[in-house]
Amino acid sequence: MAGIMVICEHLAGEFSDITFEMLDVANKIGGDITAVTFGSMKEKSGELGIANNVIDAGGDTEYNPESYASGAKAAVESNSPSIILVASTSMGYDIGNPLAVNLGIPLASYCTGVSSDGTNHEFTSSLYGGKMSVTSTAAGPAIALMLAGAGDADAGRVSGSPSLSQVSGESLDRVRFKQLIEPDAGDVDITQSEIIIAIGRGIGGKDDIEIAEELAEVIDADIACSRPLVDAGWLPKSRQVGKSGMKVKPKLYIALGISGAPEHIEGMKDSTTIIAINSDENAPIFDVAHYGMAEDLFDVVEELIDELE
Amino acid sequence: MKIAVLLKWVPDLVEELEVDDDGIGIDTDDLKFKLNEFDDHALEEALQIANDGDEVVAIAIDGDGTEKMLYTAIAKGASSGIRLTGGSNSNTANLAAGFATALDGGNYDLILTGVQSVDDLDGQLGPILAANMGLPCVSVVSSLNVSGGVATVTKEYSGGIVAEFEVDLPAVLGIQAARETPRYAPVSKIRQVQQSTDLAEKSVSGSSTSGTIITAMSEPETGGGAKMLDDVEDLIEILKGLGVS
Repeated sequence: MAGIMVICEHLAGEFSDITFEMLDVANKIGGDITAVTFGSMKEKSGELGIANNVIDAGGDTEYNPESYASGAKAAVESNSPSIILVASTSMGYDIGNPLAVNLGIPLASYCTGVSSDGTNHEFTSSLYGGKMSVTSTAAGPAIALMLAGAGDADAGRVSGSPSLSQVSGESLDRVRFKQLIEPDAGDVDITQSEIIIAIGRGIGGKDDIEIAEELAEVIDADIACSRPLVDAGWLPKSRQVGKSGMKVKPKLYIALGISGAPEHIEGMKDSTTIIAINSDENAPIFDVAHYGMAEDLFDVVEELIDELE
Repeated sequence: MKIAVLLKWVPDLVEELEVDDDGIGIDTDDLKFKLNEFDDHALEEALQIANDGDEVVAIAIDGDGTEKMLYTAIAKGASSGIRLTGGSNSNTANLAAGFATALDGGNYDLILTGVQSVDDLDGQLGPILAANMGLPCVSVVSSLNVSGGVATVTKEYSGGIVAEFEVDLPAVLGIQAARETPRYAPVSKIRQVQQSTDLAEKSVSGSSTSGTIITAMSEPETGGGAKMLDDVEDLIEILKGLGVS
């Protein structure tokens, strides 16, 4: 059967976890696997042992949306894969989408699973903020934007010696990389916290954050939040958990009024124990939580404070 | 500078979603819709960077909610609104085809749209549109400054890391977050705009097939992972078991 291509993502000289997750997904679909790297990452092709072949698509080692998309297109044209896996990430959005348009092939976003007989593919996608699971099909070459969590990064991390070849895309300079900016340290580094109380939209208003802070004081936790609270300016960016925020692995993660969109879950799913309190019993957060309460968060938190104080 | 802001009407996720009778879409009867929240950020950012003499044009494909989106955008400060007739908003390929026709020849310096929407299964509008129009694109943008035909943007990666890029204009940007919380337009102001302003209309043709076909939709199994607790006493026992007190 025609093969599977994985467009590898890297940051600061290391392949990202999503790269190994995609290699694991490719391995489970089965068939010849080709990994595509950019810049100097070809030197680390030995880490991509699940792949039979590695194509170095050139470009700078620092990500560039235009030249990476162009390099990826050259790689696809040289290899004719049946499925192309691209990360459903900030970097992947600007590679996978132009690739689909420029090759004239279908694309499925937010994939949590892919199956294929080599010609006909079935994609499972998480849509509507994780509230719906959608199955879609496509025939012939197609692109899947893979969500973090779709594969097992540890299983995809296999050393080996795939054969190495090279293609080059167009040299484009309409978009120019300037610099990487590390996050502000903030007052608290939530990636080091042992207990986190994370609040989401369900908290209601800015003034209501106080009750979560009160509970945090009682159980010696740090306050974190989902994206909307940062966008609203209620909490600093350094407190944001999720895809574009921090990835945290505390011993205990208490989610208050967080529905559990895939972007949030990506940042906290590896916490040792997750407790979710949300009035919507269908909230996707209950999928990843170990314990859940489908109750009004204010009632629960007030009672917790009273009992634990 | 002439800035286009592309707007999309999407289901409000605060509502409970149900699968329709065909099993391949959501039941939209009685469902509340709203402006895609990222598009609201794109509009806010456009209004923030626009100086005197700059033009901010809000554009939407004709359908439910279009008038409300466009009049609200004008009430917030957009210079004008364009309703695109004859297009389809059923998927990203269609949206991109319609917007590309409308934007072509419009001499826009910047085209802003939300980074993604809750139902863009066949791809994110910004990069799909940019590829259709042959323009550069940066997605997941959380800051934007324009000077001398070049935009300086930050693109959010993961782990709180952002990368700064320069982008030659004209360009398409997928906005993640505006520098300030999107402004609010009072209903009275929107009504006033509605009575005093005419929306421009532009006919766009062509629909584009996305190539992916939805064959099933279902609510993911919930509560699968979580042991659901009925009262706070149980929760306290668990917390104490974890050494929290």
